[in-house]
Amino acid sequence: MLAIFYMAAAVAVLAAMAVVFQRTPVYSALSLIVVLGALAVVYLLLDAPFIAMIQVIVYAGAIMVLFVLVIMLLNARPEEPTRGSRFAHWLGVPLLIVFLGEFSYLIFRRFPARAAPSAADASPEAIGHLLFRSYVLPFEVTSILIVVAILGAVVLAKKQL
Amino acid sequence: MIPLSHVLALSMILFILGIAGFIIRRNVVTVFMCIELMLNAVNLALIGFARYQPSLDGQLFVFFVIVVAAAEAAVGLAIIVALYRNRGSLSIDEVDSMKL
Repeated sequence: MLAIFYMAAAVAVLAAMAVVFQRTPVYSALSLIVVLGALAVVYLLLDAPFIAMIQVIVYAGAIMVLFVLVIMLLNARPEEPTRGSRFAHWLGVPLLIVFLGEFSYLIFRRFPARAAPSAADASPEAIGHLLFRSYVLPFEVTSILIVVAILGAVVLAKKQL
Repeated sequence: MIPLSHVLALSMILFILGIAGFIIRRNVVTVFMCIELMLNAVNLALIGFARYQPSLDGQLFVFFVIVVAAAEAAVGLAIIVALYRNRGSLSIDEVDSMKL
């Protein structure tokens, strides 16, 4: 199980690096789909099968199709490095490495390895019970948010703004 | 069993790669994809904590984050299409009319 986790983690990190250091947006989008798939495997290993399925269907399915569609619609070409991006390269990357070091020090100090408690029942049935009992209000608010987002997307993408 | 610190380390690496892409890349669509990468890193941390709590509430949070991310992607991509129509370019260096 640990071996599968490390394999999925390695795939996720390599594909995430491909997302970031790739110049062509289409390649970045395809690498991001690989990251999402690898993360779905990790979710399965962490006893979250429902979220893993949602991840594949909604994220890798619906959202990424939208991204690839827009990239192809706008005919996004490989980008040229500019002055600002070179500046971000030379200053930002070392700072992020420092940040990574600090963060990993804190994580490994604060969360030493301990035995995991037995997993909660994470079947779709249990999640549905929780969703429609304790989380009804957030659920309804999200549906309103979705309607507003659809209307907003239609208005924004119209010919005349 | 997977140690919690390793899950958090993976989440942190993905988040930092997302930040790196956010500051390095100059294409609006790629920057937006890096934001999605950061959202996924946070989702992973939530799932890891939910496994070790153990409770389902963390998984419900991830569910809501995914739904909101879908709404955000729809609106964000519509904004990008409108931007391209008005400016004829996808570079974020060209979008600076609100800069002082």
